[in-house]
Amino acid sequence: MIHAAEGGAGILFPIWQEMLIGAIAFGLLCFVLIKFVFPRMEQTFEARVDAIEGGIERAERAQEEANQTLEEYRRKLATAQEEAAAIRDEARADAVAAKEEILVSAREEANRIIAAGHAQVEASRQQLVRELRSEVGNLAVDLAGKIIGQRLAGDADTTATVDQFLTQIADETAETSGAR
Amino acid sequence: MTDSAIVLAEGESHFPPGIHSFDFADWFSGLSETALAHMFTTITMVVWATVAILIVFFLWAYRKPQIVPTKKQWMAESAYGFIRNTVAIDLMGKKDGVRFAPYLATLFLFIVLMNFWAIVPGIQISPNAHIAFPAMLAVLSWIMYVWVGIKQHGLAKWLKITVVPPGAPAFIYPLLIPIEILQNIILRPVTLALRLFANMFAGHLILLVFILGGFEMLNSSNIFIQGLSVFSFAMGIAMTLFELIVILLQAYVFTLLTGMYIQGSLAEEH
Repeated sequence: MIHAAEGGAGILFPIWQEMLIGAIAFGLLCFVLIKFVFPRMEQTFEARVDAIEGGIERAERAQEEANQTLEEYRRKLATAQEEAAAIRDEARADAVAAKEEILVSAREEANRIIAAGHAQVEASRQQLVRELRSEVGNLAVDLAGKIIGQRLAGDADTTATVDQFLTQIADETAETSGAR
Repeated sequence: MTDSAIVLAEGESHFPPGIHSFDFADWFSGLSETALAHMFTTITMVVWATVAILIVFFLWAYRKPQIVPTKKQWMAESAYGFIRNTVAIDLMGKKDGVRFAPYLATLFLFIVLMNFWAIVPGIQISPNAHIAFPAMLAVLSWIMYVWVGIKQHGLAKWLKITVVPPGAPAFIYPLLIPIEILQNIILRPVTLALRLFANMFAGHLILLVFILGGFEMLNSSNIFIQGLSVFSFAMGIAMTLFELIVILLQAYVFTLLTGMYIQGSLAEEH
């Protein structure tokens, strides 16, 4: 037919009816695939990329969070250890201070007691000396009066002599008490 | 009646195959003398079957797309993703690639399946062995890259980019510009159409030669020649496998070149 009628070159001339059919058929195919199928594929590709990237991102976020928590715990632990050490040191210092204080107060108390004892002893001695002085004086005067007579009683010179005599005694007593 | 119809009717030998082997009779003989001639033939039936198979497969496979694809969804995605990634995005980059990938993928799938009929038993003719179909596709590719170029740059600038080779001295323009016009505007669709058509035409002819030749030898009265027909059939099978490579390759080449022409229209320099 066409080919035969136009010789061998006829095969190079397209049959317009076939071109028309081809164009309609291909147009229909393009319409359906380009409108309904391939855009959805692109959407799926994007969703897939999102899903994968989102998963990685989520994992990274979780990892970071875990690291942060770990870091925080470590920090807290370190702080707690430091605090414990500080408390321990403080307690130790407190104990030492308390010990010192007790010792100091005890020493003071002891000194005070000793001092009080000394003072009391001294006071007793002074009292004794005073009592003795007057008594010994009286005794001596009485004695002397008895020995040398009534006249001598109340004479001033005699009193001075007695005092001198007593001072001498006191000095001797002091010497003996110092040697004691 | 057509020549081939006469041949079929009289039951004569088809050998040797020739251009008459590419004539297919109208299914309704009453249409032969009208404008509807050639519209209802094995060829057009195969074209419709191609379109129907692709539409049904893709709509079915992509009915409920999921993040983790099913097997059929994966197959559909691979078919699209192959052209999208290796042709469209490789040539034009991510943004323009994704824009033109749907057309290029449709083009590729259409040509592959149209070509594939060349080795489907019982059909063994590709519509692309009729130049009407490659010509139609080439015209579409031409319209597309011209349209994209004009839309991207404006008519004057696109023409300049396309027909004025950069870096050439001005005195050589009278020589170069006609060559560039011929090459970039006129011959591109012609070579696109002829390459695909000629491959499918030749493939069909080669298969006919070996298979019909085998039958011819088998019908011979000479027992020796009858025995040799085995080799002819074996060659027919080998050529069918070879044809499979041509089918895929030519579809890929057509798509790749269309992609390159579009990319050339998008680019600033050609």
